[in-house]
Amino acid sequence: MDLSLNEDQAMIQDVAKKFAQSELAPIAAKLDEEGDQAAFLANLKQLAELGFMGLNIDSEYGGTQAGSVAFSLAITEIARACAATAVTMSVTNMVAEVIQSVANESQRQQHLPKLCSGEYGAGAFCLTETTAGSDPANMKTTAQLEGDHWVLNGAKQFITSAEFAGIMVVWAVTDSSLKKGKGISCFLVEPNTPGVIISKAEQKMGQKASLTNEVVFDNCKVARSALMGELNGGYKIAVSELAGGRIGIGSLALGIGLAAMDYARGYMLERQQFGQAIAKFQGLQWMMSDAYTDLEAARLLLMNAADLKEKEQPFAKAASMAKLFASEKANQACYSALQLLGGYGYIKEFPLERYARDVRITSIYEGTSEIQRVIIAKALLDEVS
Amino acid sequence: MKVLVTVKRVIDYNVKVRVKSDNSGVDLNNVKMAMNPFCEIAVEEAIRLKEAGIATEVVAVSVGEKSCQEQLRTALALGADRAIHVEAEQELESLNVAKLLAKVVEAEQPGIVILGKQAIDTDNNQTGQMLSALTGMAQGTFASNIEIKDDKALVTREVDGGLQTIELAMPIIATTDLRLNEPRYASLPNIMKAKRKPLETKTVEELGVTIKEHTKLLSVTPPEERQAGIKVADVAELVDKLKNEAKVIG
Ligand SMILES: Cc1cc2nc3c(=O)[nH]c(=O)nc-3n(C[C@H](O)[C@H](O)[C@H](O)COP(=O)(O)OP(=O)(O)OC[C@H]3O[C@@H](n4cnc5c(N)ncnc54)[C@H](O)[C@@H]3O)c2cc1C
Repeated sequence: MDLSLNEDQAMIQDVAKKFAQSELAPIAAKLDEEGDQAAFLANLKQLAELGFMGLNIDSEYGGTQAGSVAFSLAITEIARACAATAVTMSVTNMVAEVIQSVANESQRQQHLPKLCSGEYGAGAFCLTETTAGSDPANMKTTAQLEGDHWVLNGAKQFITSAEFAGIMVVWAVTDSSLKKGKGISCFLVEPNTPGVIISKAEQKMGQKASLTNEVVFDNCKVARSALMGELNGGYKIAVSELAGGRIGIGSLALGIGLAAMDYARGYMLERQQFGQAIAKFQGLQWMMSDAYTDLEAARLLLMNAADLKEKEQPFAKAASMAKLFASEKANQACYSALQLLGGYGYIKEFPLERYARDVRITSIYEGTSEIQRVIIAKALLDEVS
Repeated sequence: MKVLVTVKRVIDYNVKVRVKSDNSGVDLNNVKMAMNPFCEIAVEEAIRLKEAGIATEVVAVSVGEKSCQEQLRTALALGADRAIHVEAEQELESLNVAKLLAKVVEAEQPGIVILGKQAIDTDNNQTGQMLSALTGMAQGTFASNIEIKDDKALVTREVDGGLQTIELAMPIIATTDLRLNEPRYASLPNIMKAKRKPLETKTVEELGVTIKEHTKLLSVTPPEERQAGIKVADVAELVDKLKNEAKVIG
């Protein structure tokens, strides 16, 4: 069994790391504080030009075609420096993957090159609603066929990058007479379509530079050809594509956890108390060992899920396990790392308080930890019943 | 015109360097390696010459263990057209490297050879100059600007007193200084394509060079650790200490 990276993967990890440390790390704190959107968007554009927005997209559509392992590695490196950039990149890659796997050829040709090249600022994934969070099948947004058009009505909640996205993948009920989850379809909607109203970005605890908006559809008319995939087959798409996205979010959590612990480890050697470096205290050493062991296990779970996906084997359970474990352990690692800095961990001059805020959402979005456990349990019981 | 650009595998500049416990050298076990930063600048300059339509082909060459093919792949991902790996298992001194490179120059007949002014591992700053002597090609070292016009090259050099511009007859050897350019990031699609570009391997024997040792490394020691500072009461005490203890002013 070979757990080492191949040459391409190692080089992609390397470029991601270099870019993250030279371009993102120096401004991440400023972006968090002031949300300099121009700088944020410029970085996204540069990442797209380097091939980071279509890591798993075929080269014929302008993608990098590097596979899911490379995707995971890249997200982790970007997240080490700036989690807000990483989530935008993760969601954009996920949107590109949905389009690649279910859209028809002309839809792919129309949108994938623009997503991959950065001509689109980002891609948006519009699933959640106020009544449909953990239970997306309970969505109320509708799409009705009127002549040659679909007319969308409803509102989507917490949509990452909606404000600057070039394309949105939107789920809506197309047949309410069918059983729950069976009458949902998926649409490609351009944000400048009349009837799309994007509200002001939410004020968040962390990952502040990434924008999270409500998107309202008010008699929004899109062409009949905006339907993506099979009519009434949209819920299945959401479920299967989110599994891939979870590898991204787990990898993102891992990056924040590692950044936090790496900072704390260096600090332990510098900080003197009781006449010695605090790294000499065994109690703190154990905190450090536990956190790094957890993060290493998270990394292996993520690599396993990504490898299964790359080999086109069932990977949903593995992805949920990896997302659950990585996000929970990264949260704990940030807690420990902040603790290791004492009072300085709580002060904005040090990056720990930002890491602790940024990591919090990773166990919530793209399926809460509880929902991951629901998915894992269902898979486990299905295996024996 | 062909550009030959040299690439050395060195310890990554972000790594905290450790000396082996027997003082025989720097510990390279499990240490991240990377392309020498001055070589990155050399590769970037070569690619820019090609993009500007001045060069037609960029050939990257590295002398070293098999692992230095990683750095050649990086050069290919950045935009080099093909690569030559000269296999050498032992650590070579600058003169041996220059002799091997001279053979490659003889075979490839480049219009310009671009090297880093030095490698950040041993900081020798010799190979480019030695290669110039061995090949008889003109040299422009510590370049912060390179301009090529027909059979002449203008090289701006970073010298102690400022900048010096010299005119050289082609073909030339140039060594890069920090301000020559800012290297790009390799794009991911180019990384994916790099493995399909040709990488040719040559041995020291094939090149007909006899490796000779002229220097012997006796020991490597880490720099002394910085001592804790002291506080002085006033300027007079500071001057006194600088004069009588540190002996840095007379
Ligand atoms: C910053 C941010 C960005 C986001 N980006 C996007 C995006 O781009 N696109 C998108 O579509 N959505 C996005 N979301 C939405 C996100 O995916 C949801 O918030 C998440 O799925 C949880 O839904 P909810 O907030 O409605 O919580 P609820 O579903 O109301 O959950 C409340 C609590 O109940 C628990 N719970 C619910 N059901 C169960 C159950 N069956 N068993 C046990 N416990 C349960 C949950 O775990 C949670 O603890 C984003 C959210 C945020 C905050």
